[in-house]
Amino acid sequence: MARITAGVGCSHVPAIGVAMDQGITGQPYWEPCFAGFEASREWMKKAKPDVIFLVYNDHCTAFDASCIPTFALGCAPEFNPADEGWGPRPVPVVRNHQKLASHIAQSLILDEFDITIMNEMEVDHGLTVPLSVMFGEHGPEDTWPALVIPLAVNVVQFPPPTGNRCFNLGKAIRRAVESFDEDLNVVIFGTGGMSHQLQYKRAGLINKDWDQSFLDRLTSDPVGLSQMPHVEYLREAGSEGVEMVMWHVMRGALDEDVVEVHRHYHVPASNTAVGHIILENKTG
Amino acid sequence: MSLKKEYDDIPGTFVFDADRSREGYQLNQFCISLRLQKNRDVFNADEAAYLDKYAMTPEQRGAVLRRDWNGLLMLGGNIYYTSKLAANDGINFQELAGLMTGMGSEAYRAMMLGGGRSPEGNRYQHEWDEKEQS
Repeated sequence: MARITAGVGCSHVPAIGVAMDQGITGQPYWEPCFAGFEASREWMKKAKPDVIFLVYNDHCTAFDASCIPTFALGCAPEFNPADEGWGPRPVPVVRNHQKLASHIAQSLILDEFDITIMNEMEVDHGLTVPLSVMFGEHGPEDTWPALVIPLAVNVVQFPPPTGNRCFNLGKAIRRAVESFDEDLNVVIFGTGGMSHQLQYKRAGLINKDWDQSFLDRLTSDPVGLSQMPHVEYLREAGSEGVEMVMWHVMRGALDEDVVEVHRHYHVPASNTAVGHIILENKTG
Repeated sequence: MSLKKEYDDIPGTFVFDADRSREGYQLNQFCISLRLQKNRDVFNADEAAYLDKYAMTPEQRGAVLRRDWNGLLMLGGNIYYTSKLAANDGINFQELAGLMTGMGSEAYRAMMLGGGRSPEGNRYQHEWDEKEQS
């Protein structure tokens, strides 16, 4: 059967992708940001996921304001990197495990999570930056080392889904994966954050204490963490920091007890605190 | 029934809720159209003619033409949409923040390198009001 063995939390700051695409990751500004992902790339080589279930948000790229699904599951055979206004990122096309994706779609809906099914979709930096930082540089002619099932979550128009809903969706995703016959190693990514505000006069807000506490509670108090009200994210972690709700999908899909095997935190990448964690199920 | 907006007392922040989304719909749809090069080419050739395709308010249209970045947010624009207009002008997210905060790019970048804007004194509107009075 397919099984979820580990979870990755990871920021998806667009400037990180730009730095990789321009080959400037060794510059003093970027070096400490990328240094924290060296261990992650080694971990990925050992973990060798067949499939990555990647929870991210679209940044008004594939979805305009005409249709705003709260949860949209990518069921297309592949997903092209989108032009977000400065040309598509020079990274590989993202290939799906289409049979598993459609199995998960059916399972989730029967499990009372009424998700939207996307049979055509482009993907933006929210999805491609986590793949880049975890797998390293890959050009457009290369292949990503794993298949990817994208789950796009609305965090642009308030309110995003609650942390509790995201956590329970993670549990339902786990049930869906474990009811799939093929023997597959699945790693789940929750992306976005950490604290940041991109807009208006409070732009630039960073809350290191809040971020570190969030990372701590992913192992010490994941259920309590998932109960955090939206207003706390907005006030403490910035208006765009609310996208951290997506990490609860990842956490909900793991065992109650997990082992933190890697953590990285760095300020700043552009406007944002970069946070990253790798959690392994004790049961493997 | 009305939903209480507990977030209204956060200073210097627009929360893009359903009310703002409704107000800014045409503006945001215009902004996202600039995601594609072919549309950017048409817009840059004749901004006013391109804007005629969107039923924006005169205030929204004026804010676009003036590149009044904070005005766009006040009139229902969302940062992920307005950043498409900024990208068209060659302005990235960090430079845009320098403009919206009124700090300028250099001072804003230096603040970020120094660890960003602290949450201390920046959680509630009354904290900003008291700072202004003192």
